[in-house]
Amino acid sequence: MPTHPFSRRGFLRSGAALAGAAAVAPLSALPVSAAGDLTVGFIYVGPKDDFGYNQAHAEGAAAVKAMAGVTVVEEENVAETTDVQKSMESMINFDGATLLFPTSFGYFDPHILEVAPKYPDLRFEHCGGLWSADKHPSNVGSYFGYIGMGQYLNGIAAGHATKTKKIGFVAAKPIPQVLLNINSFLLGARAVDPSITCQVIFTGEWSMAVREAEATNALADGGADVITCHVDGPKVVMETAASRGCFLCGYHADQSPLAPDMYLTGAEWNWAQVYTDMVTTTMNGGSIDNFVRGGLAEGFIKMSPLGPAVSDAARAQFEATKAEIMKGGFAVIKGPLKDNAGNVIATEGQAFAETDVALESMGYLVEGVIGSTS
Amino acid sequence: MTDLGIWAVPLAILAGAIRVSTPFLFVSLGEVLTERSGRINLGLEGTLVFGAMSGYAVAYLTGSPWAGVLAAAVAGALFGLVHGLICSLPRVNDIAIGIAMMILGMGLAFYFGKPFVQPVAPDLPAIPLGWWSDLPQVQAALQVNVLFLIGAAAAFAMWWMFRATRVGLIIRVVGDSTDAARAMGLRPALIRTLATAAGGAFAGVGGAYLSLYYPGSWNEGISSGQGLMAVALVIFARWNPVACFGAALLFGGAGALGPALQSVGVSEGYYLYYAAPYVLTLGVLIATSSPHRAMTGAPGELSITK
Repeated sequence: MPTHPFSRRGFLRSGAALAGAAAVAPLSALPVSAAGDLTVGFIYVGPKDDFGYNQAHAEGAAAVKAMAGVTVVEEENVAETTDVQKSMESMINFDGATLLFPTSFGYFDPHILEVAPKYPDLRFEHCGGLWSADKHPSNVGSYFGYIGMGQYLNGIAAGHATKTKKIGFVAAKPIPQVLLNINSFLLGARAVDPSITCQVIFTGEWSMAVREAEATNALADGGADVITCHVDGPKVVMETAASRGCFLCGYHADQSPLAPDMYLTGAEWNWAQVYTDMVTTTMNGGSIDNFVRGGLAEGFIKMSPLGPAVSDAARAQFEATKAEIMKGGFAVIKGPLKDNAGNVIATEGQAFAETDVALESMGYLVEGVIGSTS
Repeated sequence: MTDLGIWAVPLAILAGAIRVSTPFLFVSLGEVLTERSGRINLGLEGTLVFGAMSGYAVAYLTGSPWAGVLAAAVAGALFGLVHGLICSLPRVNDIAIGIAMMILGMGLAFYFGKPFVQPVAPDLPAIPLGWWSDLPQVQAALQVNVLFLIGAAAAFAMWWMFRATRVGLIIRVVGDSTDAARAMGLRPALIRTLATAAGGAFAGVGGAYLSLYYPGSWNEGISSGQGLMAVALVIFARWNPVACFGAALLFGGAGALGPALQSVGVSEGYYLYYAAPYVLTLGVLIATSSPHRAMTGAPGELSITK
């Protein structure tokens, strides 16, 4: 907030904010290029301080901003419509950005695919894992992390903390990444006690505050006493769950400041490392791989520090499993395993390691998850 | 915790009606007041969002949620006043100004609200009316916020005001016929401006409920169009404040249907359940419409019904 609310500059800035709101494409930070050799653009679908998905990316962008010779331009609240194409065009043409990170899942098709072929010399990096060599331009890359492993560790903490043997998951949409998180959360808890079930409620939207609160209340009413989520901004879910006396497992970013006593742990992105690596590669004249993946071991994801409610037994199993995952090749989805409609997912001895691309087209909820994907 | 089985659904609808209805109620009461005086303020969505932001910010800075509610009401009244004053100029269209005010309100709220997305402000208190029950679900459902009770009382008070008081009569006359009001020596523009300002204050309080109680945090996506829906509710409720209370409860309860059904295992087709409030509105409007007569209760000077 400006210190002098009616200063000329403040007035101009609020005028700019208004103009942006009116066009439903808020203005980005004003261009201050020419200082660096490389201009990098970040586009977020929501506010960059949402305690969630966008904040995780913005923290990565902040790490890039701190690098010498790099200028960062950012724009938040950009809808997954032609708005993002305009944002990309404006970052390229007005700010001189040559490396772009349009971070939301829905930006890829058709928006990045529309803009990227027009600028074959520039680089477009998309988070979410949709790129394939035979279908998509070669100046587009996809990166993602094995955050399901983080939800598996969340599940272990939850499995020790639950008294009702029922845990809850507020999910946005039934896409593969979300389904893998739900399944991993339950399987982590079942590694503690195989009788645990997980109730999932889909809200149908990435960000819808009141419905997320209603879903959390419905989970608590149904007896769930540890709750996690996969929505863009977990703040509402965490605060509502804590007010109902449920333990919390975080997602995307560290939500422990919201309810320190109830927060067990959380699966967080660690984009700072990924982004600084990519920018360093680009500045050194190298090229980024089109298909970048990593997990706990590669530093793509990290866990929030364990909270005070985590028991010693839970801590021991959590740390042991984490060490196991750090070795690489860990499989959460392994046989014998059925989905919650009774179909066989994996037979005895069959295992899908974290790196298995088959997991990226997951369309099922495993046995023990109460819910449906449609 | 006891498993309620299928009874969880009606309980969740009741709980949702109490928790979710308050913003609908306040915004629609504000709009009834404005429309009864002969103006439409479509900008209440912007007022709601600005009320949510200013309420949260002031509650955080002062440590008192009630100071936040007051700030939201004052901010809402200012938005209403601006709308009312601009619309008092000749040949100004109230619907166009409303849309402009909506965008202005949201833009200002996003701009000034940026530093308040992360801090945690104190919540408004709730009264535990479920003390008589052993079931935690019932106790949680009957955590009734004070603003809900104030809103319910305001609905009945406003109904009585329109029916039985001099102020109510003046607003109704101004809303039904500018000429008649002038003949009585009233000043329609002034009365409409005051009614719009008061209506804005109601909408601001509705926003404060969103950010200070349920869901109880400020961010740019806090409103999912409650302000716009509430304006439609007014037509649904035929400009009757008590009917607004009923309509708000109905919408709140219908919104709880989707999560509640999933939690008892009816998990297929949740997108359809989420559309329930809208389907309900369409159904009721069709059922109560008539090709033979004008809408009952519509103020005569309203630009959409004139």
